[in-house]
Amino acid sequence: MAYILRFRKLCFLEPVKYSSCDKAKADEKKSVETPKVENEDQGAVSAVLEENTKRKKQKKQPKEWRCIDSCCWILGYMCTTWWLLLFLFHFLPGNLPGLKVPEPPGARLKREGLTALHPVVLVPGIVTGGLELWEGKPCYEDLFRRRLWGGSFTEIFKRPMCWLEHLSLDNETGLDPPGIRVRAVPGLVAADYFAPGYFVWAILIENLARIGYEGKNMYMAAYDWRLSFQNTEIRDQTLSRLKSKIELMYVTNGNKKVVVVPHSMGVIYFLHFLKWVESPPPMGGGGGPGWCGKHIKAIMNIGPAFLGVPKTISNILSAESKDVAFIRAMAPGLLDSDFLGLQTLEHVMRVSRTWDSIVSLIPKGGETIWGNLDWSPEEGHVCDSAKKTQHQQHLDNNRKNENNSKGGTSFRVQELTKYGRMISFGKAASDLPSSQLPVFGSEEFVRGNSSSNSNSSCGDVWTEYNEMTQESIKKIAENKAYTVRTLLDLLRFIAPKMMKRAEAHFSHGIADDLDDPKYNHYKYWSNPLETKLPDAPDMEIYCLYGVGIPTERSYVYKLSASGRCKTIPLQIDSSADGSDNGCLKGGVYFADGDESVPVLSAGFMCAKGWKGKTRFNPSGIATYIREYMHKPPISLLEGRGLESGAHVDIMGNVALIEDILRVAAGASGAELGSDRIYSDIRKMSEKINIRL
Amino acid sequence: MLKRRKGSAAKKSPNSEPQLDENKEKKNNQLQEKSNSNAANLKGNVNFNSKSNSDERLRRKWSCVDNCCWFVGCICSMWWFLLFLYNAMPASFPQYVTEAITGPMPDPPGVKLAKEGLTAKHPVVFVPGIVTGGLELWEGHSCAEGLFRKRLWGGTFGEVYKRPLCWVEHMSLDNETGLDPPGIKIRPVSGLVAADYFAPGYFVWAVLIANLARIGYEEKNMYMAAYDWRISFQNTEVRDQTLSRIKSNIELMVATSGGKKVVVVPHSMGVLYFLHFMKWVEAPAPMGGGGGSNWCADHIKAVMNIGGPFLGVPKVVSGLFSAEARDIAVARAIAPGVLDIDVFGFQTLQHVMRMTRSWDSTMSMLPKGGDTVWGGLDWSPEEGHECSVKKPRNNNMQTARPNGTGNSANATRVKYGRMLAFGKDVAELHSSEIERVDFKGAIKGKNLANTTCRDVWTEYHDMGIGGVKAVADYKIYTASSILDLLHFVAPKMMKRGDAHFSYGIADDLDDKKYEHYKYWSNPLETKLPMAPDMEIFSMYGVGIPTERAYVYKFGPAAECYIPFQIDTAAEGGDDCPCLKGGVYSVDGDETVPVLSAGFMCAKGWRGNTRFNPSGMRTYIREYNHASPATLLEGRGTQSGAHVDIMGNFALIEDIIRVAAGATGEDLGGDQVHSDIFKWSERIKLQL
Repeated sequence: MAYILRFRKLCFLEPVKYSSCDKAKADEKKSVETPKVENEDQGAVSAVLEENTKRKKQKKQPKEWRCIDSCCWILGYMCTTWWLLLFLFHFLPGNLPGLKVPEPPGARLKREGLTALHPVVLVPGIVTGGLELWEGKPCYEDLFRRRLWGGSFTEIFKRPMCWLEHLSLDNETGLDPPGIRVRAVPGLVAADYFAPGYFVWAILIENLARIGYEGKNMYMAAYDWRLSFQNTEIRDQTLSRLKSKIELMYVTNGNKKVVVVPHSMGVIYFLHFLKWVESPPPMGGGGGPGWCGKHIKAIMNIGPAFLGVPKTISNILSAESKDVAFIRAMAPGLLDSDFLGLQTLEHVMRVSRTWDSIVSLIPKGGETIWGNLDWSPEEGHVCDSAKKTQHQQHLDNNRKNENNSKGGTSFRVQELTKYGRMISFGKAASDLPSSQLPVFGSEEFVRGNSSSNSNSSCGDVWTEYNEMTQESIKKIAENKAYTVRTLLDLLRFIAPKMMKRAEAHFSHGIADDLDDPKYNHYKYWSNPLETKLPDAPDMEIYCLYGVGIPTERSYVYKLSASGRCKTIPLQIDSSADGSDNGCLKGGVYFADGDESVPVLSAGFMCAKGWKGKTRFNPSGIATYIREYMHKPPISLLEGRGLESGAHVDIMGNVALIEDILRVAAGASGAELGSDRIYSDIRKMSEKINIRL
Repeated sequence: MLKRRKGSAAKKSPNSEPQLDENKEKKNNQLQEKSNSNAANLKGNVNFNSKSNSDERLRRKWSCVDNCCWFVGCICSMWWFLLFLYNAMPASFPQYVTEAITGPMPDPPGVKLAKEGLTAKHPVVFVPGIVTGGLELWEGHSCAEGLFRKRLWGGTFGEVYKRPLCWVEHMSLDNETGLDPPGIKIRPVSGLVAADYFAPGYFVWAVLIANLARIGYEEKNMYMAAYDWRISFQNTEVRDQTLSRIKSNIELMVATSGGKKVVVVPHSMGVLYFLHFMKWVEAPAPMGGGGGSNWCADHIKAVMNIGGPFLGVPKVVSGLFSAEARDIAVARAIAPGVLDIDVFGFQTLQHVMRMTRSWDSTMSMLPKGGDTVWGGLDWSPEEGHECSVKKPRNNNMQTARPNGTGNSANATRVKYGRMLAFGKDVAELHSSEIERVDFKGAIKGKNLANTTCRDVWTEYHDMGIGGVKAVADYKIYTASSILDLLHFVAPKMMKRGDAHFSYGIADDLDDKKYEHYKYWSNPLETKLPMAPDMEIFSMYGVGIPTERAYVYKFGPAAECYIPFQIDTAAEGGDDCPCLKGGVYSVDGDETVPVLSAGFMCAKGWRGNTRFNPSGMRTYIREYNHASPATLLEGRGTQSGAHVDIMGNFALIEDIIRVAAGATGEDLGGDQVHSDIFKWSERIKLQL
């Protein structure tokens, strides 16, 4: 009897629970109704109790229909409609009469008569390339040749620790840890889609195919983007493979030179390749001088990170970029505390610090390029577009004032964002004139006794912060403001192992004398300021990038509250907001760019560093800047936009695709219309004093 | 999962409508009665009333549709629950269950050999065979929109069911050139994914790849030489530069692995393709790859042919002649309605035939070597083969009779040489008793085709009744006359094929004409490259009845059908167990007879022959077929079937050992279960 009663009670409450769960997501109207229903049902329960004995038999049948059955009923209803819709969807004609899909540029250009001419090599950037497992620990035994990176990422949720372990590299060598082999996915599938439905190269590939490209004259130079560039050759012979592929395509396509399309970090990877291929063997590929001139028609860099990306710094320092910092502020419990028993950020930091390639993206060129405490090439940039014109005049006055009175009118100078201070502790420190800042030499950083800090209760999460004392961390914060130069010292102090590993592979300076034999070493090859371009006067270099999106440029940091466990001691001060020109938001100063790479980094080499015959470009390779003004998608139907300028979404930008197709079909930069500039890149470049 | 959830969220509103309605009514009732009476006292009552009202309404509402929905819902939730359990299941669970039932499984060969200390040494090149390689769409007609870079061949074959005519149209090649039809570009999938799995769960190379990876192989020292298996070998170079690509990749792998030569593992038709490649790569530039006469010696350590149809496959004859292999023939007999009649408004077999006849590559596998190899009217190398597995094998059969001086006493002797015979009696009669009328002169009658046949084109429509009859009057076709027959029946196809393939035996290999590429894939018309250190392995399964010769009859006399079909009623009975369902079978791996797979290594290339001037060593490795003991084993670890052999542990072990540096002698030389040496001896071929 009691059992029956309980069962009934359960029956009655079940649908209510169900609906109230739903209500959380549903609109308010429904939620107004719920309490009533609940009352009523609870009343009903009591009624049942009263009437139980009398009407037991009659009521039993319908009552039982109401509970689990109705759940089943609803599920069934949903499933059937879903299937029906799916079925209908599959029978949908490809082009609905109402929906007009804009014609892809490839189809239009084909009608113009463009056909495949030059073979195309695609070089993907960091993160976008897929990685698959070739040998793993027992926890991943069944995932042989499955993607660990890219694709659906389901494995993260299933076995997160195992996943992290497999994606990490060895902390000492920067190569595979013993017993684990994770390799880049080869072929066009490596980076056509990053995740299902999230295209990277797919649209470009499709449009190239429309004018006649196919597997034989298109090659995706997939590489393991976690490794340093030279290590991809040492471990996988990726550079040799690329060389052999380019030579093969050159020969089999009737001695037509290739057009190379690198994206993001792929740009500096290919820069590395250009030097590697002409250098003599053991270190290089032995192609001899003239290899590039013979085989390459044009390099069309998309969103090039020539001079580095400021985002990298916040990534290395505290494993956060704008998006993560925002989450951290909104839900401090979510990322900071041990979420599901894991210290998410710490783990991410530990893994990403084993990836050498990230170091290649640290801003290059030091204070000459990125500005110092008081100066930066971008100063005067207005982030709020509404104020822009008005501010421009204001700014000119400002400049004059400054020149006249030499800092006497300090309140006005403050309006210029000091982008040069890449990291400052506290918002105030980012505004103050440099004379008021305390300055420490980097030598003053002292490593404390590491043993005192290791706390066994914190799990086995290793970050190098654990080896630092509280005092030294304080010391870091006292220094208030860091420029690019001092930042490198800071990084060497904070992440000594990573920087030691990576600095054997990358360099971030500016060469005084490019003919110095030391620049024959591979560590300089990916830095455009420390290498000469190959001798290939007929080659063309394009810088294609989006503008019009606020891009992270420098950061306001704070010390994070020291928690129970040693968490990362630094974090972006997301409460720092607002300045006169709207460039500071959530602890981040923004400049113009494509959301990841600032204009300065993407455009400087093409605008000035390589323009004409310079010491970096001895043979006078022609350079072109093609900027694409960002326009967010108008409707949802457009997906990620046909005119987007964002770092990855630009790969679907119609204008950019058209440019690439035209060049691949034989056009030269002049035929495209040479430079097309929306940003202030010319002005910024002029401000940079670099010997050319 | 995610999709479903999204869908359910979207449909929440219509679903909750009935509930809402109900609630509203209840509320109305409640409100009415509340106004009349004291709410506190009567609440229970009121509720009860409303409840019973709604119950009645409910009962009426629960109609058949609701029951259906309920049922579907139950199944769905059960399904999701099981799916959830499945996903939460530890990965080693299936293996655990298997081992609990069948006892501990042997280590996969890769693990075993890794324990022995073998490591990756020589780079490995895989050459997939016909049919197993994936093909994807690069340019198509409007009906295939949205399929850009999706697989049309391999994978799930979903498109076959959705848009069958569109699919057939895209998979066909141009009838004149043997290349792409205008506006369509189908290209091979590249990389290891091209042929690791043919369909989901149906492995081809995947097991071998996984085992090689255990001893340290990875993408950089394994290469899948995927090619478009529909077009003729030389055309893969002309259209896609596939041969150049293979050459460049092999050179790259040899260079990056420190000068270690490659081990090539071709399968099925890939064997012929690689034979073609070896000649191509050393031939001078315009026609060949210009690698020079030492290229093979410098770059190849061993060629490990798996199930190689060196001398062709009889199955192809029936495939080209009437678009049926044994499996289809049985289906045709059992359910004549399914395949013959216009299912869904299309003529399946005719379409298949039209499509396959546009593929040049099938012609590379027509039986080669003519009567010398495959036997004449009264003689064949395999005669005396016992088909019945039940009878104990008596290997001391009578020796081969010279030139078949008719002995009708021995009726059980299957005349395999008669590859096509019209009628069972004809297949068994002695040659002198058969009247044959030459068909070559027969005039093709009026066009059979007529508008009612829709647009299905097969060349039979051009033959006319006279032609069809003439073909049947010739009664018996041997390997060489089959070529004449095909020339007569399918002139366009054979014209294309003759430009790319040859089926004869060379008298003088130094003749200039043999420098042409059409001879390169025929081992009887080419010399092996000068590479004395190279080794050639012939690895194939034995112990499965394999199609060797056919009994044919007229098809239904309707206008639109293929006029010939296999006579599935022809059964050998106890006298002749080799004949079953119109097909004479012989020992082999289900597709390739032993003779074709083994002859070259057993005799043609053994020692210093004219086909093998540098005397490179050849080894035969046969694997006796054992069907999987339980269902849990899947397709078996000791299978000898043509494709399933790729999962055979013994074969994989052999390949891994060679890839890790062993020679044929280290493996134990020849390993023979069949009568291949005896049969080879009977073939009189000048060496």
